Amino acid sequence: MKQFIAFVRKEFYHVLRDRRTLLILFGMPIAQILIFGFALTNEVKDSEILVVDYARDNASQELITEISASRYFNIRQAALSYQEILSAFRAGKIRAVVVFPANFNADLLHQNKAQVQIIADATDINTANMITNYLSSIIMDYQNRVNENLNMPYRIIPETRMLYNPQLKGAHGFVPGVMALVLLLVSVMMTAISIVREKETGTMEVLLVSPFKPVLVIFAKAFPYLLLSLVNVAAILFLSVFVLDLPVKGSLPLLFAESTLFIITCLALGIFISIKTDSQQIAMLISLMGMLLPTMMFSGFLFPIENMPYPLQILSNIVPSKWFYIIVKSIMIKGLGLNAIWKETAILAGMTLFLLAISLKSFKIRLQ
Amino acid sequence: MEAIVVKNITKTYGKGKKTDGTLAVDNVSFTVGKGELFGLIGPDGAGKTSIFRMLTTLLVPDSGSATVDGHDIVSDFRQIRSTVGYMPGKFSLYQDLTIEENLNFFATVFGTTIEENYHLIRDIYVQIEPFKTRRAGKLSGGMKQKLALCCALIHKPTTLFLDEPTTGVDPVSRKEFWEMLKRLKAQDITIIVSTPYMDEAALCDRIALIQGGKILSIDTPQRIVQSYPEQLFAVKANEMYRLLQALENYPGILRSYAFGEYAHATFRDPDFKTDDLEAYLTGQGLTSVRIEAIEATIEDSFIKLLN
Repeated sequence: MKQFIAFVRKEFYHVLRDRRTLLILFGMPIAQILIFGFALTNEVKDSEILVVDYARDNASQELITEISASRYFNIRQAALSYQEILSAFRAGKIRAVVVFPANFNADLLHQNKAQVQIIADATDINTANMITNYLSSIIMDYQNRVNENLNMPYRIIPETRMLYNPQLKGAHGFVPGVMALVLLLVSVMMTAISIVREKETGTMEVLLVSPFKPVLVIFAKAFPYLLLSLVNVAAILFLSVFVLDLPVKGSLPLLFAESTLFIITCLALGIFISIKTDSQQIAMLISLMGMLLPTMMFSGFLFPIENMPYPLQILSNIVPSKWFYIIVKSIMIKGLGLNAIWKETAILAGMTLFLLAISLKSFKIRLQ
Repeated sequence: MEAIVVKNITKTYGKGKKTDGTLAVDNVSFTVGKGELFGLIGPDGAGKTSIFRMLTTLLVPDSGSATVDGHDIVSDFRQIRSTVGYMPGKFSLYQDLTIEENLNFFATVFGTTIEENYHLIRDIYVQIEPFKTRRAGKLSGGMKQKLALCCALIHKPTTLFLDEPTTGVDPVSRKEFWEMLKRLKAQDITIIVSTPYMDEAALCDRIALIQGGKILSIDTPQRIVQSYPEQLFAVKANEMYRLLQALENYPGILRSYAFGEYAHATFRDPDFKTDDLEAYLTGQGLTSVRIEAIEATIEDSFIKLLN
C-alpha cells in the first residue's frame, strides 16, 4: 500500500510539473466548453437582416416591429433598391432580407391574401433554414392574430413544444459530448502515453525488476488519471451550470458514478494501447485516430446516428462514448434515473469488463 | 558459493515461420563467484544487454538455464526480482523528479527507506546530496549515473547488474564510478557490469570477452593479457596511413592495426629484429620511425580473438 501511494504521488509530480500536460488536462475542457458554448453555436442569435418596405402601411410596420422585437434579429436600415440588397449580401453583412411589396395592407384586407418575400443567404444552409423558419413563424403568429376576429372555419394550428430544451439551447447537446470527448482524451491518451513513456525511458525495466507486482504498476499509473478525470467532470459541470446556464436535472451522484464507469472504460483502453505500443508517438496516434475520431463521428454528438447508413449505425454500437453520451444526456437534460438508463449502463459495464480482461491477459510481466 | 551460474543460454529475436531471426546470445556459459566484480566486455551488439535482461528475468532464454543466488531465472523470477539491483543501459530515471524524490520513490517501491540503507550509498550520495532538490533532468551525465547507482543500491541487493553504466560519461566520472564499484565489492555485493571500454576491463576481477553473442574468453584480465602468444610491438612513423600499408606488406607480418597514435604489430618469426623492420620502413620512404616492444593490453587480446 505504501508503494502504491508512493507511485500515485510520483505520477502527480509528473502531471503537475509538466506544463503541457496540465494545459491538456485542464485547459482543454474549459476551452472546449467555452468554444462550443459561445463560438460554435448553431443558434440564430442577433442575425442581421434587412427589411425592404415598399408598402409603408400599417400592416407592414406592425410586422417589422414584431420581427425587431424578437431577440433573434437585428434589423438594419431599410434599403430600397434591389441592387443594394445584392451588394449587402455580397459584403456578407446580412443573413436575410424581408421584402414587403407595395399595397401590402390593401392586399391583405381586400384580397385576403398578401405576399412577403424572404431572401436568405444559403451559403450556410442550416442558418438559412433556421432564419426562414423563425421569420415564417413570426409572420404566421401575426396572421393568426389578425384573423382572430374573422371567423374562419377549419383551421389547424400546430402547437409545437420543444421538450427538455424549450429554448432550443445548443449547449444541451454538446455538454455531454464534450464530457465524453475530454474524458476519452485524458483517460485513454494520457494513460497510454504515460505508461509508454516509462517503457521508452527504461524506467519500466527497473520497475519490472522490483518486488512491486507488475500489474500493480499499471494500476498505480492509471489511478491518478481517474482522479484527474473526475476533477474534469466537476469542472465541466461547474462551467455548464454557472456559465452556460444549463442545470443538471437528474441526480448528481448518479452522474458521477456513470462518469467513473466511463473513465474506467477509457483507462482500460489506454492500458491496452500502452501494452501494445512501444513509443509515445504511436500511442498518441492510436488514441487520437482510434478513439477520438470514432467518438466525434459515432457518439451522436456531432452527427445524428439515425441519419447514418445502417451498417454505420451498427458500427456505432461498439463505440463506448455513444452509450456514455446517451447516459449523460438522459441524466443531465431529461433528468432521468437509473431505471431509464440501466441498459446503457449495463452495456458500458460489459465493455469495461471486456477491455480490462483483455488488457490483463495481454499484459506481460517480462519485456517480450 | 557461486552467485550466478549460466549454462548454455541461447536467445534469438524475431524468430518467425519464415525467418530464423537474429541470434543475440549463442550458447553462453559462465559463473560469477559471490562478491566478485565480473565484467562483460564487448562492442555494441555483442549480446551484453540480452544476457543482462535474461539474468534479471526480463527475458526468457530459448534454451539453457541460469540461476542467480540459487534462484532459477524463469521459475523463481519473483525471488530474483526482490533481491537483485538492476541499472539498465538506457536508464534515465525520472527527469522531472528531484534527486531526493527519485531515490525516495525507488526506496519505497523496493519496500525500504533511504535511512535504512544509507550506509550503502553514503559514499556516492554525499557527492550529489548538495543538489538533492535539483531535478534529475538537469544533472550532468556523471551525476545521473551516480544517482542511478544509488537507486539500484538502495534496497541492499545481493547482486548488482550494471548494463554499460559508464557509456556517455566523462573520463573523470568514469574513474570515480569504478572506484565506487570497488568499494561496493568490499560490502560483499556481487557485481556484474558490462562495458564497451577495454580500459575498464582491467579493473574487473574476471572478464568475459564477448562478440556476436559468443564468449571468446573468460579469465582474469592479467591472465588474458599474459596469455597473449606473441611479442607485441608498437610502431610509429611520420605518416600513419602509409605506415599501416607498409606493415601489411611486410613479409614476416602476422597482424597489424592502428592503435591510437601507434600501429600495433606482431610477427611470425620469434627472432624478429626491430632493426630489420626499421630498415624496411625507411626504405618505404617513412621517416622518424620508432619501434618498441610492449606488453599487450586487453584490447590487443580482444582484437587477436576476433581474427
